[in-house]
Amino acid sequence: MAAQTLYDKLWQDHLVHEDEDGTALIYIDRHLVHEVTSPQAYEGLKLAKRKIWRISSIVATADHNTPTKDWDKGIMDPVSRLQVETLDANIKESGSLTYFPFRHERQGIVHVIGPENGATLPGMTVVCGDSHTSTHGAFGCLAFGIGTSEVEHVMATQCLTQKKTKAMQVVVEGKVGAGVGAKDIALAIIGKIGTAGGTGYSLEFAGSAIRALSMEGRMTLCNMAIEAGARAGMVAVDDTTIEYVKGRPLAPTGTTWDRAVAYWRTLTSDDGAKFDSVVTLDAAAIQPQVTWGTSPQMVTTIDGVVPDPAKEPDPVKREGIERALKYMGLKPNTPIVEIKPDKVFIGSCTNSRIEDLRAAAAIARGRKVAPNIKLALVVPGSGLVKRQAEQEGLDKIFIEAGFEWREPGCSMCLGMNDDQLSTGERCASTSNRNFEGRQGAGGRTHLVSPEMAAAAAVTGHFVDARTL
Amino acid sequence: MEKFISREGLVAPLDRANVDTDAIIPKQFLKSILRTGYGPNLFDEWRYLDQGEPGRDNSKRPLNKDFILNQPRYQGAQILLARENFGCGSSREHAPWALLQYGFQAVIAPSFADIFYNNSFKNGLLLIKLDAKTVDRLFKESEASPGYRLAIDLDQQTISTPGGEHFSFEIDAFRKHCLKNGLDEIGLTLAHADKIKAFEAGRRETRPWLFN
Repeated sequence: MAAQTLYDKLWQDHLVHEDEDGTALIYIDRHLVHEVTSPQAYEGLKLAKRKIWRISSIVATADHNTPTKDWDKGIMDPVSRLQVETLDANIKESGSLTYFPFRHERQGIVHVIGPENGATLPGMTVVCGDSHTSTHGAFGCLAFGIGTSEVEHVMATQCLTQKKTKAMQVVVEGKVGAGVGAKDIALAIIGKIGTAGGTGYSLEFAGSAIRALSMEGRMTLCNMAIEAGARAGMVAVDDTTIEYVKGRPLAPTGTTWDRAVAYWRTLTSDDGAKFDSVVTLDAAAIQPQVTWGTSPQMVTTIDGVVPDPAKEPDPVKREGIERALKYMGLKPNTPIVEIKPDKVFIGSCTNSRIEDLRAAAAIARGRKVAPNIKLALVVPGSGLVKRQAEQEGLDKIFIEAGFEWREPGCSMCLGMNDDQLSTGERCASTSNRNFEGRQGAGGRTHLVSPEMAAAAAVTGHFVDARTL
Repeated sequence: MEKFISREGLVAPLDRANVDTDAIIPKQFLKSILRTGYGPNLFDEWRYLDQGEPGRDNSKRPLNKDFILNQPRYQGAQILLARENFGCGSSREHAPWALLQYGFQAVIAPSFADIFYNNSFKNGLLLIKLDAKTVDRLFKESEASPGYRLAIDLDQQTISTPGGEHFSFEIDAFRKHCLKNGLDEIGLTLAHADKIKAFEAGRRETRPWLFN
């Protein structure tokens, strides 16, 4: 048989049916559900009198609308509350394998709780009505975000209609410098290929720098694959993957574990497998990244400057830069280190796991949030991450430095709850999108790593965290 | 889903690249548990001068007169002309719902983001990819001539300009079939129910750890 890519293998393993034109039905192993993109799907099922095909595929939580403080008061916003209660009611009525509702000790961001509970296992197809489902590709899964119609489709049929994408290998070779992490790698890749560079592709991240990443790092990287426009991002299974999965509540045990591991070990691209496209980056050359605009591809390094649109020959791009700078309130050629945020957000499905919090806490330790920072938020990805961090004393480090230590949820990544930017406010954020209005109408987002966000918080401006 | 029949309509040119789904429909409107009611908040932050909230009477809000959809000549537009990577970002299906409920039936752009592309077809919103040069020409023509309309023939997969030019576009045969017939894709998939059951039974044997 011809050498296969990891994507080929995952596709083949889930292929139920294929038409002559390549339209295929693929089987879905895990369906993650949250409150925002599911109510209309449940309603659609009911209206069509359809049943959920396999209830045990569903793992659900409430994360987008949930507040991150004053949990005893419940959800104050009645519109948000109704959406969360609708999920409660839908799960109660139709069932799930596991549900972590608002205030449950394991509640959290859907892309954090899946892996930490072993609901995400290597070789699975994982879908969720959320674009950052690409996160789960870190486990050698085929994982991608879907819309509400497809949520309903998976509920009703356990399958999705898909066409195979092309495969792109993104090779990062060498060793990243100290203080440079997965977020910087992700932003550097997007800076290189652009936010549409991955459109029509599934990405496999490979190379020694990727192998060296922890599972948390690989999740950060795959999480951002969608920001490169890709259907999915993935990393081959290795010892790091298997070590992470072992002992998780929903992971197999005993002889089934051994059988599973034997299969999981095959989830790598074969030597000589052909990719439709290959992109390579030199890990050693990657510097801490900071976005300056309103698209994740509008990114530069911490020692860089805000670009000058006058130097851009393409008129559409030039206008894009001009519009972004106007929105962001930035002047061309301003050094990044002179930009001062008003708020700092450490959290989101990109960077809210224990390793992220440790990295940020290492910078915050013994320092104080600068006076010009109105709010510095740390929002753990889940109840489990929060407790782990508290056991390690990270909460105390943050609180002593002047950060707010909050309850888990999506929070200021998209501001569906009260955690938002006001018009004109600038934020150093560990989230994934710097779109206009993403963190609040008129808010200005700069995407950075947890280290860089913490460094901006304690100095009051962007700074190379490695110099602190 | 409603059938998409070939039609012609007024074109509104939205001249910016990488229009994301947060811009198409901001997050606060995603708190709704309904499928309808998104049209008045399409492009909310660009369309209005104040901040929109669910439940507000949008007819009383101050409009941003500069925004394309607020200009008199583009009232009643049914075809949106856009730049590359339209619909990037979040998987929210509220984005095609908002476009359709506003009155758009088709979007023409050089490229679309993957999830948005899928979501649109499942709701009967036709997305047409044309090369960047052609799109650029359509931008210039539509901006230069008020009342500029395009005719879309889904059967023939062509767009016709008022000047009598025709451009052909590609569309996946399955998507075209569903669009033309207003088909419920779940029903189509369930026609394979026996095959899915057999596949699943095999999977329980070979990958038992996936079936707790």
